[in-house]
Amino acid sequence: MGSHGIRDQVAIVGMGCTPFAEHWGKGLDDLIVDACAEAFTSAAVQKDDVDAYWFGTAQSGMSGITLARPLQLRNKPVTRVENYCTTGSEALRAAAYAVASGAYDVAMAVGAEKVKDSGFQGLNAMNPPGDGTARTLTAAAMFSMVAPAYGQKYGVDDETMADVLASIAVKNHYNGARNPRAQFRREITKETVLKSPRLAGNLGVFDCAGVADGAAAAIVVRAEDALKYTDKPIYVKALSFAAGSGSGLIDPGYDYTHFPECEAAAADAYLQAGITDPRHQLAMAEVHDCFTPTELVLMEDLGFAPRGTAWKEVLAGTFALDGELPVNPDGGLKSFGHPVGASGLRMFFECWLQLRHEAPADRQIGTTDRGLAMIQNLGGYPGEMLSFVSVVGAALG
Amino acid sequence: MRGIISTAGYVPYRRLSRTGIADFMGRGGGQGTRAVASHDEDTTTLGVEAARLAIRSAGGASPESLWFATSSPAYLDKTNATAVAAALRLSGEIGAYDFGGALRSGIGCLITALRGAATTLVVSADMRDGLPSGADESAGGDAAAAALVGDGSGVLAEFVASASASDEFTDRWRAPGDRVSKLWEERFGENRYLALGQDAFARVLKVAGLETTDVGRLVVTGMHGRAVSGLTKKLGLSESTVPDDLTRSVGQSGTAHPLLVLASVLEEMAGNPSTEPGTVVVVVHLADGADAVVLRTTGALRQWQPARPVSLQIAQGAELPYAKFLAWRGQLLPEPPRRPEPARVSSSAAYRNVEWKFGFVGSRDRTSGAVHLPPSRVSMVGGAVDDMEPLGMADTAGTVVTFTIDRLAYSPSPPIVFAIVDFDGGGRFPVELTDVDPDEMKVGNRVEMTFRRLFSADGIHDYFWKARPARQGGAA
Repeated sequence: MGSHGIRDQVAIVGMGCTPFAEHWGKGLDDLIVDACAEAFTSAAVQKDDVDAYWFGTAQSGMSGITLARPLQLRNKPVTRVENYCTTGSEALRAAAYAVASGAYDVAMAVGAEKVKDSGFQGLNAMNPPGDGTARTLTAAAMFSMVAPAYGQKYGVDDETMADVLASIAVKNHYNGARNPRAQFRREITKETVLKSPRLAGNLGVFDCAGVADGAAAAIVVRAEDALKYTDKPIYVKALSFAAGSGSGLIDPGYDYTHFPECEAAAADAYLQAGITDPRHQLAMAEVHDCFTPTELVLMEDLGFAPRGTAWKEVLAGTFALDGELPVNPDGGLKSFGHPVGASGLRMFFECWLQLRHEAPADRQIGTTDRGLAMIQNLGGYPGEMLSFVSVVGAALG
Repeated sequence: MRGIISTAGYVPYRRLSRTGIADFMGRGGGQGTRAVASHDEDTTTLGVEAARLAIRSAGGASPESLWFATSSPAYLDKTNATAVAAALRLSGEIGAYDFGGALRSGIGCLITALRGAATTLVVSADMRDGLPSGADESAGGDAAAAALVGDGSGVLAEFVASASASDEFTDRWRAPGDRVSKLWEERFGENRYLALGQDAFARVLKVAGLETTDVGRLVVTGMHGRAVSGLTKKLGLSESTVPDDLTRSVGQSGTAHPLLVLASVLEEMAGNPSTEPGTVVVVVHLADGADAVVLRTTGALRQWQPARPVSLQIAQGAELPYAKFLAWRGQLLPEPPRRPEPARVSSSAAYRNVEWKFGFVGSRDRTSGAVHLPPSRVSMVGGAVDDMEPLGMADTAGTVVTFTIDRLAYSPSPPIVFAIVDFDGGGRFPVELTDVDPDEMKVGNRVEMTFRRLFSADGIHDYFWKARPARQGGAA
């Protein structure tokens, strides 16, 4: 791929993240103000110290005014970003590039979503006027086609597959139970997952991400300025992005057992960050576990396990909090909740906490000496996907 | 020689068992079944399916006119025949007209086409409603029929004569906007129809120069059940000349019914080696008078191979519980999924994509051969730009690669059964299935395409294609 990367040019020096929840008492403006206030405090800056803002929201508002009004930003460059469920990480990518380019000294990425005012279950896309031929399937249904295809290709029987997927949900709830900001803070059993009502295909309620309101924010500066703001900055090692052409939906060659966009984005990120053995070089990974089969397949797309083997690794606990490579130590989308525009930045927030050893003791991972953490955020559906991958590190070099 | 070149009926997949009505309501019902249009069918889509079969049975057709007759049109003011023509990919230079409202319009179209000069595709469809446990609900049926009328050696049944008796009396009526008919006291209508039917029958035989004993098949149809059976008896033909009128299996399909039974009779004779060419077929339809048509079968009927005979479709039907029937007809309102209903279709967007939306026409890259559904200007293989040819896929069968059941998505009748389908000869499309029970779904199942109404919003119907399990006699 033709990306040069901006390894070690930009650092994150402040972050904020609201609890993700059904915030019946808080509107979008409240969530924005809360997340930004925490970020400003953590970087010890005022809103006017920030030169430019990128605001990610999928559907909760239009234009940069949606951020400028609640923060009362006057004549700042404020841009609204939207890119499906990668919206939050796209805001950060834009802010990081702006700083790396030299255009600004301090930039801020904010992501927020007020999902629970729609009155409907799940996430609902507001589509532009069309010819009426687009499919109206839920995301759960589209992703539900992954597990049977995977099982068939790699000879995993239905019972084992159900066990594997339930293990992923149980792990993420275990982690989320140790996260005061997570939407679901209760450990669950495999039995709970297996007995939950089926929504689409074999996916039950407990295979799906929580639907929550929330906001998160990050302040970025040039790497050389980082220590002026904090003694524990985290440095951007890689930022990569891949948008599929959508052809997987109509290409008879696509088999629903992998996400080519995620493989491409990961390959580019590893190149930028100089990673050759992600499973052993990364301290942790935050990945887009919108549905349990998504996390399973990502373990292979991201190179954590060879093709057809991730299901065994899941059962072996490789990706548990105390496993070889902790995945979603904050509970992931599954347990932390998924306010679309905020989720990408929420993933950075967990890396920020873990690499700075600021996660609660019962959730702090033991692998931080490796120094690198991954953020993988995706949008869209199997066959028609967007993938963001970033690597951040606790030190330069 | 002028007459019927091809014909077909379409009987929707679901059947309501009439005894199920009494089981549920405590009264009403009866014996046998009635055909029920799926929740995603209306008279326009029923008509499309019948017309597709008639064209397929003719080995293709380029009619000069398409006439569409129904008593329950999907639109008023707006022509429904244009949607039928678009789904059939007929030329824009044809005349496409609706003949709507009355139960007499279908037979009227057929007679006018037979007496005219142009090659005309006559399509008639109806969905018959009644109040729960009432006679109309039970006796009615949903179906469509199509007849390609024209000249030439391919005529299956030659037009001999027609006679009409028109009369003004109020026996059955329905105010615009009402869903169900009202009826006058039964004996009054019976009395009128018996007289009118005998008159039309006598006159048509006289014009044709035939005697009652020359009649090989007599088809009597009409919504007045007692008048239909009474007239059939009074005309005094032997039982062997009176074919099954489909009321016990399909039900009375109103405007479509005379064409449907005629199609079924011609199909039966085509497959019957003892049928002699030259058999006289008389159709009498009772609706605000009586219309009688005399046809004579030709030698071409023997060679004709109907694509999917009505009798086969009747045999292929599957039962629908009465409660589901009531829900589909808007008589019961089940809790919908808590998801937003779709927005109305954009007219201008639909028009730009009319070939795709109505004709299921994709595109094929001339260089790589890659099939694009929907059509695309830029190829997904090789990247050629504007080097595509249109590719009609409506009659191509496919195979289920994988599938899912969506219990959360909005649907007029949840859950949505959805599959990734690979088409024979290339091309993949993720598509909703219909006329299927979730338990039937298996990877590798064969499917074919069918024209449906996905939903309606702001009174605009969203027509598009779905897949259904391939059954005997299909494109597969």
